[in-house]
Amino acid sequence: MADYSTNEFRGGLKVMLDGDPCSVVENEYVKPGKGQAFNRVKLRNLKTGRVWERTFKSGEKLEGADVMETDMEYLYNDGEFYHFMEPQTFEQVQADATAVGETSKWLKEQETYVVTLFNGAPLAVAAPNHIELEITETDPGLKGDTAQGGTKPATLATGAMVKVPLFLSTGEIIKVDTRTGEYLGRASTK
Amino acid sequence: MNQFGPTADFSALRLRADVLRKIRQYFFDHHVLEVDVPVLAEHSVTDVYLSALSVSVMGQVQYLQTSPEYYMKRLLAAGSSSIYTIVKAFRADEKGQRHRPEFSMLEWYRTGIDDRQLMQDVIGLASSIGIDEAFEQVSYRDLFLLHTGLNPHIAETHELAHYCESHFGIDWPNTPRSTWLDIIFSRHIEPQLQAPTLVYDFPSCQCALARVRSNDLGEPVARRFEWYWQGLELANGYWELTDAAVQRDRFEQDNQARIQQHLPAMVMDPHFLAAMEHGLPECAGIALGLDRLMMCLLKTRNIADVMAFG
Repeated sequence: MADYSTNEFRGGLKVMLDGDPCSVVENEYVKPGKGQAFNRVKLRNLKTGRVWERTFKSGEKLEGADVMETDMEYLYNDGEFYHFMEPQTFEQVQADATAVGETSKWLKEQETYVVTLFNGAPLAVAAPNHIELEITETDPGLKGDTAQGGTKPATLATGAMVKVPLFLSTGEIIKVDTRTGEYLGRASTK
Repeated sequence: MNQFGPTADFSALRLRADVLRKIRQYFFDHHVLEVDVPVLAEHSVTDVYLSALSVSVMGQVQYLQTSPEYYMKRLLAAGSSSIYTIVKAFRADEKGQRHRPEFSMLEWYRTGIDDRQLMQDVIGLASSIGIDEAFEQVSYRDLFLLHTGLNPHIAETHELAHYCESHFGIDWPNTPRSTWLDIIFSRHIEPQLQAPTLVYDFPSCQCALARVRSNDLGEPVARRFEWYWQGLELANGYWELTDAAVQRDRFEQDNQARIQQHLPAMVMDPHFLAAMEHGLPECAGIALGLDRLMMCLLKTRNIADVMAFG
């Protein structure tokens, strides 16, 4: 991979730091009048998700990271690995539990996910912001109770637990925000 | 479609024009002569961390000036008395939220005064353009001690390096003292300077073109000051060095440092050195970043907001 100098650091640039692939979050150029210029850079470690802050001398270089974000379809879990497929080439990759992380509770077959590949292997899996899922378990619905804002817990087909309004029942399909776990409404199609 | 409009609001441009008018009025009232000096010249500065843009003029390399200083000092040596200029200055490799490679600079020199008197001049100018916040005046030493517990004039270089490693995780080998001071100052002190603040008596390793004298405690200090406001560095003033031999030494040290850092050595400007040898009158001078001043007046953190096309 090519090397990138600090003045090429833009949000989203993928570089290697301490052996881990990172994504540049923020790059602040600091130049005291007549002194050495430096850059305060925030980078997200793509393996751990942690944000690092580092100070580089301006013009210092980091090696680019071979990181690609690809839309892939979720196929199945074989007990150990999660399998995804690139819909155009049908190429398949297997992601381990670390790469899938919290996203595991939103994994639905045939749904499209953003898989971050590092040197061709899955590093992280991100769910679409909104997803439609079936309620597999919740207390019986209270008919007519649509006005009040009360909620109850519901388990969804993927195993995620969300809070839903009291009038919903098992078997209904709802739309959920995967970033917050918030109930957004009944699914538009059934 | 390509965008063609300015990056600044017209209200910002009107304020900018108004500030320029008041600056000119202030200097007119104080009998400081406005001069116009070239931006393009055969020579540039030797400063290690200033990189001039070079251009080809009739097949010959020339430089866009990083500041009007050398021309201004040639005028002073020739007997101009107090002068000011408002020019574009250029610095390659400087671009960010508060930097542009092309920016506007107000630079002025007052003959027969020192840095302390020039600080009062800055306060007078600020007041004349409508800045009504009270100025704070504090020595670099007191600020540094207050925020870090270290005395910048006597702390060992390894103590400064250790501070940077433990606070910022910076571990750079063979780093000069001045860089450690800059890192600490810009990370732990500059953001605290929200009120208009004049910081004076800089460490002697940061003397640049200022005289070095002892402070009341007998510590050598550079008679240089900076104006900070809203966490931004706005201006840098000196009680100007008039000793041509010392000036030449500093240029040579710059070039040695440049070579060590694999930067090209710069030809020392012979016209400037000739002016110094002829004799620069006793004076104090200061360069002020006009775009940054506008950023403070408009309370914006982005320099593009104050430049017609930033």
